[in-house]
Amino acid sequence: MHDTNLVLGGKEFSSRLIVGTGKYSSNEIMREAHEESGAQIVTVAVRRVSLPGRGDSILDHIDTTRYTLLPNTAGCYTADEAVRTAYLAREAGLGEMVKLEVIGDARTLFPDVHGLLEATRTLARDGFVVMPYTNDDPVIAKRLEEAGAACVMPLGAPIGSGLGIRNPYNIKIILESVSVPVIVDAGVGTASDAAIAMELGCDGVLMNTAIAGAGDPAAMARAMRLAVEAGRLAYRAGRISKKLYATASSPLEGVPDWTS
Amino acid sequence: MFEGVSVTIVVNGKAMDVPDGLSIDELLTRLGVKREFTAVAVNRDVTPKSGYASTRLADGDKIEIVRPMGGG
Repeated sequence: MHDTNLVLGGKEFSSRLIVGTGKYSSNEIMREAHEESGAQIVTVAVRRVSLPGRGDSILDHIDTTRYTLLPNTAGCYTADEAVRTAYLAREAGLGEMVKLEVIGDARTLFPDVHGLLEATRTLARDGFVVMPYTNDDPVIAKRLEEAGAACVMPLGAPIGSGLGIRNPYNIKIILESVSVPVIVDAGVGTASDAAIAMELGCDGVLMNTAIAGAGDPAAMARAMRLAVEAGRLAYRAGRISKKLYATASSPLEGVPDWTS
Repeated sequence: MFEGVSVTIVVNGKAMDVPDGLSIDELLTRLGVKREFTAVAVNRDVTPKSGYASTRLADGDKIEIVRPMGGG
């Protein structure tokens, strides 16, 4: 069954899994996990260099000819901070894509949707491919699309929580509300969570902790790749409808008569 | 302004004394920061790489030098 590609800012991606670069115990383990994930897009944070400058860079461990970088604005609590961080990322040569985060609360890391809308508008106008991390509110998703977002990225659950897709019905409504791609960002804990997101009809899944924090990150990365592919295929295959009672799979006719 | 005068600037949150009129280019060299995948903001505004040589730093300037790090 031939599938279409995920299209973001005019670029096509055959992989629908986006992975992070944070929290790995070593760069080697990160590289293996990236390989196994089959991802074509990897997120990075933008942070102060340590002074005096040291030689090692995360980009020494990411083949930028193979992976598209997706800088984030993690740690930003206002639209202004997020916009300035995006400008820094672009000037650093990390490209036009930005995973836009405007955080509203440190404990839950839930987004501040007012700031998010404002920053989306500004960055979209300035030519960025804006990928906003948002909550699972279909109305806000629609507003983000109107503000120029290239996709919407609702959370499944809080960042790093591993709680899975807590409100699949809202994700479903978001899918019906917007025409840009919908990528579940945050909350995935294990492979079935990623499969559920894709079975709902999502266009992709973004995760970091679920892979980086797993006992064997490379194995989990492979599990996630398969789950995303399986979920996508199941969605496109068209599942059966749910029924309360049984429907026999074997013919009801021709059952041998064992009565004496 | 004459040679030998030093000014105090704040780089990534740390105060440092540098010669007056130092360029961003010279600052990066002094600090041993690689240019590749690095960006600089002076007083909140991003400085394009093309302006590194011509941008002169003044007393009290706040400079942010960033690069990509691991993140989600």
